[in-house]
Amino acid sequence: MSYLPYAVAAWLFVVGLYGIVTSRNMVHLVICLAVLQSSTYVLLLAIGYRTGAAAPIFADIPVGTPAVDPVVQALMLTDIVVEVAVVALILALVVQVHKRHGVIDPDKLRDLKG
Amino acid sequence: MGALTALPVALPLLVAALLAGLNHVIKRRAALFVTIAASLATLWCCLELYRGCLANTLVYWFGGWQPRQGIALGISFAIDPIGAGLAALAALLVLAALLFSSKYFDTIGNLYHVLMLVFLAAMCGFALTGDLFNLFVFFELMSAAAYGLCGYKTEDPAPVQGAFNFAVTNTAGAYFVLTGIGLVYARTGALNMAQIGRALAHGTGDALVVGAFTLIACGFLVKAAVVPFHFWLADAHAVAPAPVCILFSGVMVELGLYAVARVYWTIFSGALGASEPALRAIFAALGAFTALAGAAMCFSQRNLKRLLAFSTISHMGVMVIGFGLLNPEGLAGTALYVLGHAGAKGGLFLCAGIVLHRCQSVDERELKLKLAPMPFTALAFLCGAAALAGTPFSGIAAGAILMHEGALRVGYGWMAWIVVVSGCVTSGAVFRFVARTYAGWGSEESENAAEGRIEDRPDTKEGHNHTSAVMWIPAVALVAGGLLMGMLPNLQSATLAAAVRFEDRSGYARRVLDGVPLVTQASFGGKRFDGVDAIITIFAGIALALGYLLWARARRALHAIALPLRMVRNLHSGHVGDYVTWLTFGVATFGLLGLLFLRS
Repeated sequence: MSYLPYAVAAWLFVVGLYGIVTSRNMVHLVICLAVLQSSTYVLLLAIGYRTGAAAPIFADIPVGTPAVDPVVQALMLTDIVVEVAVVALILALVVQVHKRHGVIDPDKLRDLKG
Repeated sequence: MGALTALPVALPLLVAALLAGLNHVIKRRAALFVTIAASLATLWCCLELYRGCLANTLVYWFGGWQPRQGIALGISFAIDPIGAGLAALAALLVLAALLFSSKYFDTIGNLYHVLMLVFLAAMCGFALTGDLFNLFVFFELMSAAAYGLCGYKTEDPAPVQGAFNFAVTNTAGAYFVLTGIGLVYARTGALNMAQIGRALAHGTGDALVVGAFTLIACGFLVKAAVVPFHFWLADAHAVAPAPVCILFSGVMVELGLYAVARVYWTIFSGALGASEPALRAIFAALGAFTALAGAAMCFSQRNLKRLLAFSTISHMGVMVIGFGLLNPEGLAGTALYVLGHAGAKGGLFLCAGIVLHRCQSVDERELKLKLAPMPFTALAFLCGAAALAGTPFSGIAAGAILMHEGALRVGYGWMAWIVVVSGCVTSGAVFRFVARTYAGWGSEESENAAEGRIEDRPDTKEGHNHTSAVMWIPAVALVAGGLLMGMLPNLQSATLAAAVRFEDRSGYARRVLDGVPLVTQASFGGKRFDGVDAIITIFAGIALALGYLLWARARRALHAIALPLRMVRNLHSGHVGDYVTWLTFGVATFGLLGLLFLRS
């Protein structure tokens, strides 16, 4: 088993967080949130992976053939669906922020201080 | 009972989908009627489930996918009194919010009702589910509906910014949870909480288990608004419509803590049980810090909604200590505290809504003497503040005494002082608001004090001269509920029995996976209320408020803490990047402490 996918997942997680923290543009910030999320895709797929195993489609493979874990793939799919909704909602909020404030730099929005 | 189990989730979701589909056809009044009927029906279902699970935990497998030999492939709801009680609380608060908003807004689209119902369905599912991934999905659904409700007034600048901060912080928290769930699945190959708990109990608390616990607990603590994850909460409350605030403060935030408790007691208590004292110390420190920082921030606000938001943070700190005692008394106390707090805080937020509806502002300075023609509102505020301080017979007092009992058992007697300080400062802030706005007390000199101004925007176009009874009834009912809930006979014993069952990991696993009945007995023989504590808290609260307003020397004494307070205030920058930095810092610290002290 290779550690590479776990390293990639950790890297994406940290890079996503770094992007959110330092972002000067809210659209960029939301995309960084999506990068942070894609680390969970890599993590879940890596957890279910088995070297040399077939895809988990049990229709045309002989009984007893090793297959990768279908559960994590289902989790990942659900994860994508959930996040499409959330990212779309946050992007819609960014559009509204731009309409009301005229800027999308989080540094310039200081309505809610203290 | 089987068919009823899924209804608290299915019914509001179906009605919401129907209303969304008929959005352009259906009249506003009809939509309101359907929504209120749906939330009433949900409330009834939750109460029936509560009654049904008193004797034994209800387990329902969707699609009949029963577990075989202790291995669960299907998804289950596992309903115990604490989960069902929280679902019922959510339904009750949604009902109160809907009644209030029926006369509160001048114009509100039908989609508001759709979002309310989705929010309700997600909260019910979150409280009832027995599956870890399902918990995450309901968490996200609940969050998405909450973002929508928070930023519902998209025509104003502040709500969209507040909702954005709320959404980004909480979504980042949700990914921490999901990563933790992935790690747990990697170790156990299971998603059912009972099955995971059983598998983990065979091993020890190694780095992977501690890491997974850190990620899941911290992710949920973001929702629970525990310092340093709390920054989003004040922004979201200051900008959300008042009826939505009662849902945020009354039940959504508490559900974050519920998830930590549920996950700890069903999954991690076996593997981490050996290092319970260290974990208790970590939670106590987190809670104490949250309670004190929240109280200080609360007293230094002049926007009433933001003031109440920080008061919620302070009370969450107390609840974290209560759960963190890791014994049944602590958990039962926390459960009652949640109920009492929901009543008091929900009532106070609705009163704030009434003030906003009348006067177009909730700024304490601008409202000076403006409440004089509204003595009834002032009285409701005073009752709410008293309930928040924990008068005898209030839900908060009933919970506090149980928590105290639990604290004494593990040598944490000092937590009573945290409860007193939190209650006294947060109620004192409300007393100060009433004294200034109703009686006009407070000299001009205090204008320079450490109170900050936040732009507040009314939820309606213009002020009103009249407050409808439909708005009064939920406000008064909630305040009265919070104030008098403790009079119910047997309340503390029943909650204690529920908490004992909640904390029985192996019994829960046997019930869910093997179908063995789980029967618990517990009764609380201690004192039901501590009158002395309550009187100290209330009088200290009043003294704090009046001293601050009327006595220059007391004000100057408070100025001694002005500098650290200003530094803490400056951390609340309204900048989402700062919030996520603090979030990361909090998770890293928790994880480091976990690796040092929780590993076995």
